[in-house]
Amino acid sequence: MIWRGNYQGSSFFELLQAEHPQLMPDLSAWSEHATGSVPHGTTVLAMRYESGVMVAGDRLATAGHSVASRDVVKVFATDSHSCMAISGAAGPSIEMARVLSVELEHYEKIEGQALELDGKANKLSQMIRQNLPAAMQGLAVVPLFAGFDIRRRNGRLWKFDITGGRYEEAEFDATGSGGLYARETIKQGWRPAMDQGAATRLAVAALTAAADEDRATGGVDLERRIFPIVKFCSAEGVDDCPEQDIEAAYRETLARRTAGGSAE
Amino acid sequence: MSMPFYASPEQIMADKAEFARKGIGRGKSIVALEYDGGVLLVAENSTSLSKVGEIYDRIAFAGVGKFSEFDQLRKLGVRFADTKGYSYSREDVGGQALANAYSQAIGEVFTREMKPLEIEIIVAEVGDDRWEDHRKNSLYRVTFDGFISDHSHYCVIGGNVAEVEGELANSYREGLSAADAIKLGRQALSAGSESGSSLDEGALEVCILDRGREGRKFTRLSGEEVKSLLEA
Repeated sequence: MIWRGNYQGSSFFELLQAEHPQLMPDLSAWSEHATGSVPHGTTVLAMRYESGVMVAGDRLATAGHSVASRDVVKVFATDSHSCMAISGAAGPSIEMARVLSVELEHYEKIEGQALELDGKANKLSQMIRQNLPAAMQGLAVVPLFAGFDIRRRNGRLWKFDITGGRYEEAEFDATGSGGLYARETIKQGWRPAMDQGAATRLAVAALTAAADEDRATGGVDLERRIFPIVKFCSAEGVDDCPEQDIEAAYRETLARRTAGGSAE
Repeated sequence: MSMPFYASPEQIMADKAEFARKGIGRGKSIVALEYDGGVLLVAENSTSLSKVGEIYDRIAFAGVGKFSEFDQLRKLGVRFADTKGYSYSREDVGGQALANAYSQAIGEVFTREMKPLEIEIIVAEVGDDRWEDHRKNSLYRVTFDGFISDHSHYCVIGGNVAEVEGELANSYREGLSAADAIKLGRQALSAGSESGSSLDEGALEVCILDRGREGRKFTRLSGEEVKSLLEA
């Protein structure tokens, strides 16, 4: 056969490792001293709302103290009902999101059935564990994974650590350099039965607060019209939040802040 | 040392071909049809083991003959396409390259191995409205010996090919709706089937490549969807 591959399983990630190692470069030789020179993504967050789970992220990538990119995308739909938001070293993180989305599709095609949401989160955790040597050299990948669980009919979200540790969160989480500030804001305003609009307003307020306190977080850039990415995972699938809704939410946050009101 | 009996290459090939044909002819047919919204694949199959599958965004696969053999080929196709799409771009994965790769792989087994593959496959690719040079659908058939052919309008594999093709040649016209295409598919399969005209939604496996969809254009129709189209 022209495809003399020996790999017979259902995982694309393992297929690459077994048959195409040249497509998965080993980053563990990376030197820690150079870490300041590669772009890093900053603040991303996920929270549950009434019909599922929302994932959002700012657009800034920084390399050391400089801006690497103002409009990088850090929230990806990994399949029809799940999303991954990345923080950490942008290159390896974005690549991991790409591999994960091919992985999920590949599994579905080979097996004729999609993975359960738990299975998807578990797979991501294995991929992060594989990246541990590179993470120890400063190229950490610390994503959030969220999706709509079709069997349980609810939105779920997970955070991860660099060792692949996987922790399901019941309400919300934020990660990246401004994650702490974003989390504080969400904590004050989060309600279990928020609708889509309320969740968008809270996410934009949280990213604005993070951008205020953390210089590496982008927030909303009205001057260049660069808006955070906000995605909703619900029973209907993954939906993008339109930019005008994000802008309206941002203007509301601004109005509250200038009037001296609190974040929510 | 004992001398092996001499058999001419012609004889060996003819024997292998006959062996493969026998296996494939015993099975049931699959029809791929172009309709106004893309490509529709109809298989006579009442089991839960699917004969039609998704390969990539615009590409579907259908196989007849020995299930384990064509299912293995389907998986190889998915691996081939996903790897190619990952290392280049999604748009770089095309039906022709895949059909050629299948043709080479199957042909090589036919010449080198004792036992040829007892299968026949269709690689169907739906056109892409975004690109002017890529709007046409493609239907490729690859037979047990690696022989590849490309077809327009419709393509048949397995079972009683001549009867099914004859029915299609009489009744096919361009611009069919999805419902008409399914009905025509059933009518053609019935012509070649032993169970005659009794094919209902439970005996049909129907998948479509819908050019109107974004991204992955492959959909498997449920029993109810097939039924409602057959009754439309």
